[in-house]
Amino acid sequence: MNAGIPLQYFLILAAIMFFSGVYGFLTRRNLITILMSVELILNSVNINFLAFNRYLYPDKMDGMFFSLFVIAVAAAEVAVAISIIINIYRRFTTINVEDVDEMKY
Amino acid sequence: MINFGYTIWIPLLPFLMFLLLGLAGNKLKPKLSGLLGTCGLAIITLLSYITAYKYFFTSEKIDGAFQKITAFKTTWLQLTDNLYIDLGVLLDPISVMMLVVITTVSFMVHIYSLGYMKGEKGFERYYAFLSLFSFSMLGLVLATNIFQMYIFWELVGVSSYLLIGFYYQKPSAVRASKKAFIVTRFADLGFLIGILLLSFNTKTFDFITLTDPAGSAIAQGSGIAFLGLSVMTWSMIFVFMGGIGKSAMFPFHIWLPDAMEGPTPVSALIHAATMVVAGVYLVARLFPIYSVSAPVALEVVAYIGAFSSLFAAIIACTQTDIKRVLAYSTISQIGYMLVALGVSGYGGHEGLGYMASMFHLFTHAMFKALLFLGAGAIIHAVHSNYMTDMGGLRKYLPVTHITFLVACLTIAGIPPFSGFFSKDEILAAALHSNKLLFAVEYAVAGITAFYMFRIYFSIFWGKETQYHETPHEAPATMTIPLIILATGSVFSGFIPFNQLVTSDGKAFESGLELAVAVPSVLIGLIGIWIAYIMYRKETAIPEKLAATFKYSYKWAYNKFYMDELYLFITRNIIFKHISEPVAWFDRHIVDGTMNAIASVTQSASYRIRGLQSGQLQKYAYLFVTGAVLLAILFIYLWK
Repeated sequence: MNAGIPLQYFLILAAIMFFSGVYGFLTRRNLITILMSVELILNSVNINFLAFNRYLYPDKMDGMFFSLFVIAVAAAEVAVAISIIINIYRRFTTINVEDVDEMKY
Repeated sequence: MINFGYTIWIPLLPFLMFLLLGLAGNKLKPKLSGLLGTCGLAIITLLSYITAYKYFFTSEKIDGAFQKITAFKTTWLQLTDNLYIDLGVLLDPISVMMLVVITTVSFMVHIYSLGYMKGEKGFERYYAFLSLFSFSMLGLVLATNIFQMYIFWELVGVSSYLLIGFYYQKPSAVRASKKAFIVTRFADLGFLIGILLLSFNTKTFDFITLTDPAGSAIAQGSGIAFLGLSVMTWSMIFVFMGGIGKSAMFPFHIWLPDAMEGPTPVSALIHAATMVVAGVYLVARLFPIYSVSAPVALEVVAYIGAFSSLFAAIIACTQTDIKRVLAYSTISQIGYMLVALGVSGYGGHEGLGYMASMFHLFTHAMFKALLFLGAGAIIHAVHSNYMTDMGGLRKYLPVTHITFLVACLTIAGIPPFSGFFSKDEILAAALHSNKLLFAVEYAVAGITAFYMFRIYFSIFWGKETQYHETPHEAPATMTIPLIILATGSVFSGFIPFNQLVTSDGKAFESGLELAVAVPSVLIGLIGIWIAYIMYRKETAIPEKLAATFKYSYKWAYNKFYMDELYLFITRNIIFKHISEPVAWFDRHIVDGTMNAIASVTQSASYRIRGLQSGQLQKYAYLFVTGAVLLAILFIYLWK
């Protein structure tokens, strides 16, 4: 059914997504955007899981389940992260990551 | 077979009393805690008397000998199959006799202290410590094995330390308590080495196995020699070293005179009647080994005892602090007991010295406790320890005067007081085996009579001293023990020790030897007569004598400079050449290594702390770079 699409395409897509996420994480200053970058990274990993599962072990379901787990954990993580960001905003009245640097030497 | 199982309560009851008074003492009224402690002692005194009666008069004798009975035993520490440490109660003639001595004197001291220590701060603490001491001392004499004895040996050391330092706000008392503890502890090191050597060779700790003269334990180890003496001899000499420390024999006698800083009843109990005779008891307990397989060690015992008794008697003649005179007199009398043990043989009439030693231990406990308690009553009346502040006290303290006189006559060996009988046996035993020791002890008997009557005359007769307030007789709680002990001192000489306490448990015949008794009474009388001339009235003779023998008097007055010698050895040799280099090594090499590690870590972290900037993305950047580098490393370089 998917004979036309080789595995490499999926991997290239995942790699692009992953590094966009990393790039966003390192360069963006807004905490919400950083959170979105993290989501991007997680989803790229999901794609990898599914692709490898489909192409290498078509008769097994482990990769699928793992992706489901990642989605569930990601949802929980977003909830936590958002609440942290809200608290940071209340404390510093900003969500610029460069201004939040109390935890240093 | 009579059941002696209840004897376990004899040591346990004071221990429970110690816990009660120690933990809840400050919630009780002082008077109540004193009474509680005294009642506890009264009960165990009664128990001890019952035990003594049952043991000596109703227990079964085998072959005419008293048996050693293990009344209670529980294994505490199992080291190997046949080497284990028990805790238990061993009854034999000497331990039963010691039970009577300890509980009697301790009970008297408890009653006496109700009056003497009245109103003192820490009254309940005092009684708690007294109970602790009674517990440890009873545990020591009832020990079934040498290791249990060692445990309780240390415990009596601790309680002695606590009681000497009872007035802990007085620097001299604190110093004295530390001195006593350190000196005896040092001697106990020898005891421990001795125990290890002994048990290594005999493969047992148990007294019954150890001291069976026909048993195999005694024969062991006598073949192996070191520096010309068998291992058994060495181990017994080391064991005796512990005894030297506890019994304040030369050269470890220096702690005992200073220990008089403690309350006077404590001096009577611990430093005169019970704890200091632990060394004698130790030798007596292990006597079959000494006698059969380590006769050289027994000679060491005899000579150390003889030297100490002479040495201490001479010092006693020059001291002016009444308690110090008594302390030196104690050293001298314990020397007597050790001489008697040292010249004794094993079994039958050969064991005369052994019997005499135990006899003297018994009578000495009575009269020396009496002397100390009398001294306490005197100090209580005039508030001073120095004989120069006393004189003519016989009018003010009639009861103390009479009882003190009884004690002085007893220690001087005047018949029919008990000291005469026991001293006579010792001299007789010495005469039959070693003429030199006999001569020394004979001279000491005279000196003893002299210095005892020196203090007697200068306190109760002598010059009329003007007192700020008229001295008054002590309260009944203090005079009653004096009277009881005086009765004991008078009559305990008639106890037939040769029937009861002998080296092999069998009775033997011994009578008064006139050839010894007459000269010993004579020399005692001469000593008293000289003291009478010199101190009955205030005379110039003592000063003249002191001036004539200026240097020897000064030496004796300063206790032959033993304290100074010890200080020199410890400060200038041990501290300077051993302790200080060791301390330097510890401070600079051992601590230095640790400090260097710490300071290197600190300075390194100071330099790299800028990395922790608080900038989240900087961390992420470093992390990603590191991950990429590691990936490259693993993929391309790790082959």
